[in-house]
Amino acid sequence: MGLLDVLRGRSRQVEPNLDQIFALPSAAVTLETACSLVPTGHGGICFKAGSGPADRTAGTEITELLSGDIDPTSIKRVDDDLGFTWLVIDDPDLSSLVTRLHGANTTLAEHGLGPHLLCAAVGFTDAPGSSGAAPCYLVYLFKQGTFYPFAPRDNERRDNELELRLRAQLADDLPIEPDLTRWLALWGLPVS
Amino acid sequence: MPQRSIETDHGLTSRMFVVGLLLVVLYGAIMTGLFFVIHSLAIILVIGIGAIFAQYWFSARIALFSMHAKVVTPEEEPKLHAMIDRLCALANVPKPQVAVSETDLPNAFATGRSPKAAVICATRGIMQRLPDEELEAVLAHELSHVVHRDVAVMTIASSVGMLAGLISRIAMYGMAFGGGGNRNDSGGQIVLIELGAMVVSFLIYIVSWLLTLALSRYRELSADRSGAILIGKPSVLASALQRITGDIARIPSRDLRRVETMNAFFFAPAISGKSLHGLLATHPSLEVRLAKLAELERELGQA
Repeated sequence: MGLLDVLRGRSRQVEPNLDQIFALPSAAVTLETACSLVPTGHGGICFKAGSGPADRTAGTEITELLSGDIDPTSIKRVDDDLGFTWLVIDDPDLSSLVTRLHGANTTLAEHGLGPHLLCAAVGFTDAPGSSGAAPCYLVYLFKQGTFYPFAPRDNERRDNELELRLRAQLADDLPIEPDLTRWLALWGLPVS
Repeated sequence: MPQRSIETDHGLTSRMFVVGLLLVVLYGAIMTGLFFVIHSLAIILVIGIGAIFAQYWFSARIALFSMHAKVVTPEEEPKLHAMIDRLCALANVPKPQVAVSETDLPNAFATGRSPKAAVICATRGIMQRLPDEELEAVLAHELSHVVHRDVAVMTIASSVGMLAGLISRIAMYGMAFGGGGNRNDSGGQIVLIELGAMVVSFLIYIVSWLLTLALSRYRELSADRSGAILIGKPSVLASALQRITGDIARIPSRDLRRVETMNAFFFAPAISGKSLHGLLATHPSLEVRLAKLAELERELGQA
C-alpha cells in the first residue's frame, strides 16, 4: 500500500506466488528420514470461489485438465463450511501430486482467480512401522510464498509441539512462515 | 472519527451530526478561552494538535469502550476468528485484533491507528442475524477499512478543518488586539472584527465538516469495493447491506411516526429531507451502495 493507494482508498489484489510449492518433494525426504512421516498421497488447494463465468469455466477446465489421462475419480471439488472451495487431488507419487497441484493453481491464476487462492495442503502420516506423529499437513500460503505445518487433533486442538518440531526440521528445506499468527487452523480440511 | 460502521441509521446520523458540530464548537471555544489565558499561539496549537493526536492514538480503545466491546480470543469466538484469519491470508495483511460487542444492533466497525494496531469489532446482533457468507462479506468490508488506513485518513481530514478554523479565528483576534500602535480604535470596530472572526471560523468549521462527511462516504464506497473484490462476490455484500439496513430502517420508522406531530417543536425536524440527509450522512445511501456493487458484479463477470 503506497501513500497514493491510501489516499485513493484502494487496495491492490495480491497475486499468489505459485512456484515455491516445488520445494515440497525435497522436504518430504527430510520428513521421512528425520520424523518417519510419509506422504498420504492426498493434496488440496483452497480458494475462494467468486461469482461470474470466469470461476465456472476455471472449475470445469481444471477438472478436465487434471483428470484427462489419469483416473478421473482422483480429483474432487469440496465446499467447506467457511465458504471456501477445495480441489482435492489424489496421487500416490508426491512429485506428480505437486506438479498437478501446480497445474491447477496455474489454471486458476490464468482465469484471474490468483488473488483468491488461499493455500495448498499436502497430507503426511506415520511411515509403516512407526507411530506417534500422524496425521499432519504441510500447508503452503500462496500470498506469502511460505509453508507451515498443521497437525490437527480431536476437538479442534493442534499438536503444537509436533508443529514446532517440524518447523525446526524443515527450516533448511522450506521457507517456513515466520509469523506464527499466520499459521491458519484449517479444521476439517477435506484433504484425506 | 474512530468508528467506521457499515450501517446507515438516519436518526443516529442526525444526532451524530449535532453532537459533532457541538464538539467542534466546544473545541473552538476552549481554544479561544485558552488564548485569553495563555496569550501564546504556539502553546495553543501544541495543545490542539496534541488533543487530536491523542484521539487518533487511542482511537481503538475509545471506540471499543464506547461500544462496550471486548477483545475475544480464538477459543471464545472460533468462527469469527477463522473467518478473519482466512480473509487476512487472502489479502496478505497482518491479522487485526477481534472484538465482539454484546449489543443487539446489527453493526460492525474497524478502528485502530494503523493496520498493526487495528481492531475489527462485530456486534452480537450482526453475528446472529447474518448468514456466515454475508458476515464474511461485512468483515471483508471492515478489513478494507483497515487496509485503507481510514482511521488515520479521517482523523487527519477532520482535524485539518478544525485547525483551519482555529487558526483563522486566532489570526483575526490577533489583528484585533495585537499589532500594538493604534489604540484609538473605537470599541465598535473591535466588536465588528470579533463578529467577523466568529462568522468566518464558523463557516470554515461547517464547510470542513461537510467535506469530511463527503470523504467518509467515498471511503465507505471504496471499502465496499475492495471488500467485495476480496471475497469475489459483490452480490453477497449487497445482500448483507440490505439485510442490515432493512432491519434497522423498520425500527425507527415506527418511532418517527409517533414523533411526527412534535416536529414543530424540534430544533431540527425528526424526519429529514432526502437531500439534506444525503449531504449530512457519513455513509452513502443504500441505493448508491447497491448500484455500485451491481456495477462491480458486472465488471467481474466480464473479466
